[in-house]
Amino acid sequence: MTSPKDNQTAKPVCFQDVILRLQSYWAAQGCAVLQPYDMEVGAGTFHPATTLRSLGARPWAAAYVQPSRRPTDGRYGENPNRLQHYYQYQVIIKPSPENLQELYLGSLKAIGLDPMIHDVRFVEDDWESPTLGAWGLGWEVWCDGMEVSQFTYFQQVGGHDCRPVSGELTYGLERLAMYVLGVEHVMDMPFNHPDSPIPLTYGDIFRQPEREYSRWNFDQADTATLLQHFKDAEAECDRILNASETDSAGRSIPMAHPAYDQAIKASHLFNLLDARGVISVTERQAYIGRVRALAKRCADLFVTTSAATGEPLPAFPAGA
Amino acid sequence: MPDLLIELFSEEIPARMQGRAREDLKKLVTDGLVQAGLTYASAGAFSTPRRLVLTVEGLTAHSPTTREERKGPRTDAPEAALEGFLRSTGLTKDQLQARDDKKGQVWFTVIQKPGRPAADIVAEVLEAVIRNFPWPKSMRWGAGSLRWVRPLHSIICLLSDEAGATVVPLSVEGIISGNTTRGHRFMAPDAFTVSGFDDYAAKLRRAKVMLDSAEREAAIRQEAANLAFARGWEIMSDDSLLSEVAGLVEWPVPLMGAIEDRFLSLPPEVLQTSMKEHQKFFSARTPKTGRIEGFITVANIETSDHGETILKGNLRVLAARLSDAAFFWDNDLREARAGMTDWAEGLRSVTFQSQLGSQADRVARIAALAREIAPLVGADPDQAEEAAKIAKLDLRSAMVGEFPELQGTMGRYYALEAGHPTAIADAARDHYSPLGPSDAVPSAPVSVAVALSDKLDTLTGFWAIDEKPTGSKDPFALRRAALGVIRLVLGNGVRVGFEELAKRVIDREYLPAAQSLGEDEIACAGELRRNLNDPNWQPTLLSGFASRADAEAELSKRQTTADEAIRHRGEVSERLEAIPADLLTFFHDRLKVFLKDQGIRHDIIDAVLSMPGNDDLVLLVNRATALNDVLKTDDGTNLLQGLKRASNILTQAEAKDGVEYSFGADVKFAETDQERALFAALDKAEPAIREALRLEDFQAATQGIATLRAPIDAFFEAVQINTDNQIVRRNRLNLLSRIREAGRQIADFGKIEG
Repeated sequence: MTSPKDNQTAKPVCFQDVILRLQSYWAAQGCAVLQPYDMEVGAGTFHPATTLRSLGARPWAAAYVQPSRRPTDGRYGENPNRLQHYYQYQVIIKPSPENLQELYLGSLKAIGLDPMIHDVRFVEDDWESPTLGAWGLGWEVWCDGMEVSQFTYFQQVGGHDCRPVSGELTYGLERLAMYVLGVEHVMDMPFNHPDSPIPLTYGDIFRQPEREYSRWNFDQADTATLLQHFKDAEAECDRILNASETDSAGRSIPMAHPAYDQAIKASHLFNLLDARGVISVTERQAYIGRVRALAKRCADLFVTTSAATGEPLPAFPAGA
Repeated sequence: MPDLLIELFSEEIPARMQGRAREDLKKLVTDGLVQAGLTYASAGAFSTPRRLVLTVEGLTAHSPTTREERKGPRTDAPEAALEGFLRSTGLTKDQLQARDDKKGQVWFTVIQKPGRPAADIVAEVLEAVIRNFPWPKSMRWGAGSLRWVRPLHSIICLLSDEAGATVVPLSVEGIISGNTTRGHRFMAPDAFTVSGFDDYAAKLRRAKVMLDSAEREAAIRQEAANLAFARGWEIMSDDSLLSEVAGLVEWPVPLMGAIEDRFLSLPPEVLQTSMKEHQKFFSARTPKTGRIEGFITVANIETSDHGETILKGNLRVLAARLSDAAFFWDNDLREARAGMTDWAEGLRSVTFQSQLGSQADRVARIAALAREIAPLVGADPDQAEEAAKIAKLDLRSAMVGEFPELQGTMGRYYALEAGHPTAIADAARDHYSPLGPSDAVPSAPVSVAVALSDKLDTLTGFWAIDEKPTGSKDPFALRRAALGVIRLVLGNGVRVGFEELAKRVIDREYLPAAQSLGEDEIACAGELRRNLNDPNWQPTLLSGFASRADAEAELSKRQTTADEAIRHRGEVSERLEAIPADLLTFFHDRLKVFLKDQGIRHDIIDAVLSMPGNDDLVLLVNRATALNDVLKTDDGTNLLQGLKRASNILTQAEAKDGVEYSFGADVKFAETDQERALFAALDKAEPAIREALRLEDFQAATQGIATLRAPIDAFFEAVQINTDNQIVRRNRLNLLSRIREAGRQIADFGKIEG
C-alpha cells in the first residue's frame, strides 16, 4: 500500500483514490466537503447545496460526490463508457474566486494530470438546465482531446439572477478516473486498491445493478405508477409552497427545502418516464416546463430565507 | 506622436467570437478617439484565447483647442436676460464684448475649450468600450457587476513615445490598468512588463504566445502540411476549422496520428465529420486513393515528451469515438441490406409538421410528384418515384442520428448497399441540393426530379397550411426552397409550367380533405331532420328530447353549426385554389432577386413577367436575358425611346378620339419616303419576329425588333403625325400601332425605365 506521502506524487491507482484526492484537495481549499444528497438526481447540480445555495448573497463553498442517475443512458453494463448510474464530483464556490481556473488546474495535478505534459484546454460550452430554469457561461475542459470537466459561472438559477455569481465545477468521475488509470472499460476499473485483501473492480460492484436497472428503466417501470408519482410530487410541492409560513405554534418556518425535494422527485420521475418512451416530443416540453415551474417557485421562496440572505434565522417567539 | 497599446486579458474567449471582437475593439476605440478630436496613423487588432489586443500608431498627443462663439441678449435687454446668459455660460460680464448685429448691439462671447491630453481621452474611451462591448453573450463573475465574455483579469493601457512609456490610469470595477501581462498559461505563466507594442509582441513570443491569429493559422497549416508530407499524406483543408483551432491555442503545436486500421473501412465523410465535430482534428488522406488514414490535432503546449502523452490521449478518445461510428455503420449497413423497411416504418412516427403529417406522408407526396416531374427532366418515372421513396430513409439511421450533417451522404451509401442503382443512390445524396448559393446544382435527371419534388412539396405544403414567410421571418426556409427550384430549373433548362403543376399538387393532396370539411356536422343535422320528418317520431326519453320544441331548437343549433362548417369549407377551398397563382408570384419575386444578382435589371424582369407563359421560368429568363442584352446596345436604347414615343402618341390619340388604332395602315396613303421605309421595315420584321417567337428564340426576336430602330427614328424625324388630312393621320396612327404591336409581342416596354 502507498503511504500518504507517496499519494501526493505517485499517480492514483484506483477509482476511490481519485475521489479521495479530490476530496482532500478541495477540503484544503476550504470547501465544506458534503456528502451526496439522499435523493435520486440526474446531476450534481440538483443537490440543494448547488441549486439553492447558488442563490442569494450568502457566501458558500462546498464540494461533494453525487451519484447521478440518467435512466436513458443505461446499456446493461455492456458499454465501456455509458452508465445509467454514475458519479459526479461537484464543487460550488460563491462568489467565484478570482483564481478559480488555477484552483481547478491544481485539482487535476492532485489526481495525477500534470498540465505540463498534457494538453489542457478551456473550450466554450455554455450550460443550461431547462428543468431548473438555470444557465451559465463557461467551458468544457479538455485534456488531450477528452472532456474531463464542466466549468460554469452561474448567471441564473430558478429564474433568479445569481448575485454574486457562483463558480461550478463538475467532474465526470468514471471517465476522468478511467483516463488517469488507463482503463478502457469502466467495469474493469479497480475501485479499491488492486492489492487490497479483497480487490474490487467497478464491475464487481456495478455490473449487476446496471443490468437490473437497465431492464427496469427501459421495460419494467410501471408508467401508470410513475405518472401518478409525478402528479403526487407536483401536488405536494405546490401544497408545501402554498402552506402558511407560520406553524401552529406561531413560528415562522417557510419550507423551501422540503418543497425542493418534491421538485427533484418530479424531475427524476420525468426522466424515468422518458426512458420508458412514453413521453412524446411535444409533451416533453410541457413536462420540463412543469418541473421548471416548481423549481422556480422553490427558488422564489428560498431567496427570502436566511440560508440565502445570510441574515440570522429569526428567533422563535417566546413561549412557542 | 505617441503609440497606444491596449491588452484586455481574460479567461478563455470562445474561438468563434474572437474575429468579431477584434473588429469591434478596433472600431469602437478608434471611433471614440476620433470623435474626441484625436487622429491616428494606423491601428491593428489581435486576439488569442486569453487576450484581446489593440495597437494604435501615430496618435496625436492632444485634441485640438476649439473656439465657440456664443450670442447673448441685446445690450439694452433687461438685466435678468443678461444674468441668465452669464449663468448658462459660467462667464462674468467683463468676458463679454458688445457687437453690432442686425437689430442693434448684442453681447457676444468666445468660449475657448483647450485641447485634452490623449491619455484622458484614451482612458475615457476605453472604459466606455469595456463597459459596452458588444459580445454576443456576456457574463458577470464573482461579486462584481461588470460584464465581459469571461472573467476579465487585467488591462494594459500604455501610451509610448520617444520619451518612454506611460500607463494610462484607468480603473474598471477594481481592475486597474498597468503595463504587465502574462505569457502562456503553462509554459510561461509569470508576469512581465512591456513598454510598447513591439516590445509586447516580442516578449509574448518569448513567453510562448503567438499574438496574431493569422500567424497561428499559417503556422498550423505549414506544420500540418510538413508532417503529412513526411507520411505521404495531404491535409484536407478546412478554413472554418483552421480559424476555430487557431482561436483555441496561443502556441500551436500540430501533432500527427494514424487512424487504426480497423476504422479505415468507414466512409471518408464519416471519419472526417467525426474527427472534426468531436475533436477538431484535420483529416489527412493519401492523395492517390483519397482514403483518409490520419489526422492532425493541434495542441497548445510543447512538452518534454514531444507530445507523446497528448497524442496517446487523443488516439484513445478517437478510438472511442470511431468505435461508436463503426457500431452505427455496421448496424446501419445491416438494416440497408435488409431493405431499409424498418427505417421506412420509422418515418411514420416522425412528425414532419403537425398539419402536414409524418415524414412518411411527406415522402409519399414527394414520390407522387417525382413521378409526375420525371418526364419533364428526362428521368424514368419509376426510378424517380423509387428514389424519392428511399431518399429520406437515412434520417432513421444511427449515423445520421449522431451526425445530422451527413444526411443524404449516408443515404447514398445505404441505398447502394440495399442494391439500388447508382442513379437512385445519387438522388438520395443530392436531393437536398442546392442548399446555399455556393452549393452545386444536381444535373442527373433522377436527382433533379427528386430535388425539385422535395422543394415543391415543401412550398405547396406550407402554402396549403398558410405558413408563408413574412418579412424577415422564414422559419421553414421557404425562400431558400424557392431559390433552389429556380436554380434547378434554370441550371437544367427544365420546361415546366409551375402554376399548372402546383394546381395538380393542391388538387391531389390538399383539396379533397378541405372539401370534406364539415361532413360530420352536416350529417349530424341531417339525421335529426330526417327523424323529425318521420311521422312516427315521438319526443320520447329514448331519443333524448323532452319535447318537439326542444328537438327543433336542437336542429336549429345543429344547422347553424353545419352552415358554419360549410362556410369554413368554402373559405379553405377558396384559399387553396388561389395558391398556384400566389406561389407563382412568390417564385417571380425570388426570380427577381436571383436575376438581379445576375445583372438583369428589375424593370426588365417586370416587363417580361406579364408576358404569356410566365410560369415557365426558363422561357421567362430567356426573354429577359435577350431583352437585357439588346437594351445594352445603342440600337436597343433608341428603339426603346421609339417604342415609347409611338405608344405615348397612340395612347393620347386614342384617348382623344375614343377609338383604338390597331388595324388598316396602308402604304398607299404614305406621303413620305420615311413612312414608306417604315412600312417596308415592318413588313420584313413582323414575320421574322413571329417566327423567332414561335421558335422561342428571343435573341432573334429582339434583334428583329432592333432592326426597326433606324426606320422609326427616321420616321419621327421627318413625319408630323397630326395633320389636317384625317385619312393620312389615321393611317399614320395605324402604322404606329404596328410598331406597338411588334413590341408587345416581346415585352411590356412601358415598364422599362429610361
